[in-house]
Amino acid sequence: MLLIHCPYCDATRPEVEFAYGGQAHIARPLDPSSTTDEQWRDHLYIRVNPRGIHAERWRHIHGCGRFFNAIRDTVSDKFVTTYKAGEPRPELTEKEGAR
Amino acid sequence: MRQEEHPLIGRSLDMPHAPATIRPVEDAARFNLRISPDNLAEASAAWGAILPARIGELASSPGRLAACIGPDEWFLIAPLEEQGAIEAAFSALYAKTIHSLVDVGHREVGIAIEGPAAADVLQSCIAFEVGAMAMNEARRTIIDRVPIILFREAQERFRIEVWHSFSDHVWHLLAGICREYELGV
Repeated sequence: MLLIHCPYCDATRPEVEFAYGGQAHIARPLDPSSTTDEQWRDHLYIRVNPRGIHAERWRHIHGCGRFFNAIRDTVSDKFVTTYKAGEPRPELTEKEGAR
Repeated sequence: MRQEEHPLIGRSLDMPHAPATIRPVEDAARFNLRISPDNLAEASAAWGAILPARIGELASSPGRLAACIGPDEWFLIAPLEEQGAIEAAFSALYAKTIHSLVDVGHREVGIAIEGPAAADVLQSCIAFEVGAMAMNEARRTIIDRVPIILFREAQERFRIEVWHSFSDHVWHLLAGICREYELGV
């Protein structure tokens, strides 16, 4: 079972307490009515789906209830780090990213 | 379903030699409080005791429990006869500080787990490490897929707050595990 560190609880908890929330750091266009159909489609549906390091949202739904962001390696399924919602994506060195 | 007729009324375990036993906890007033952490001091004044600031902390005073279970969320338990006074105090606070105090007393029922093997009994169906909980710690978690709030009040005493509709399942689950511990299997 995956163990995930919740940055709000400051505790490591089993995966069953969490819910996945999709890719992180997707900003909604400030003026949706001025976007083209293609831009709006990209905003709604187009995700990066990388092989390797991925920034994604998680929710500690059966704990504190908060959304937070995590950096996870999609190959090894290892969580590199987790951080609070609203904080910028942490800069990872090549070494950290390769773990 | 009203609190006078919830599924656990009158239940008890007849296991005098079990290293852990369970029992329904007496009915109490329960509140869910949502307020900005910046205004915690005002909420503490209305509550009448310090509310814990860190998630997982549990502040207990006779008859009362106050647990911080989210960044801006507290779960409060008090004797039934104090319910009106608490509601009045927070109602007065509402004029100057926005918050939400919801009476959830009829939603839940408490189960106490006591005995030297209490942590082991709970560990049978809780995924996180129960034994690593500190005294006076409270966490929302899952027991056999049922959402609960778990309080550790003492080394060998835990309390579960569970919804009525799940309480029958949790009771029989824990009763079965206590029986296994009694028989040493």
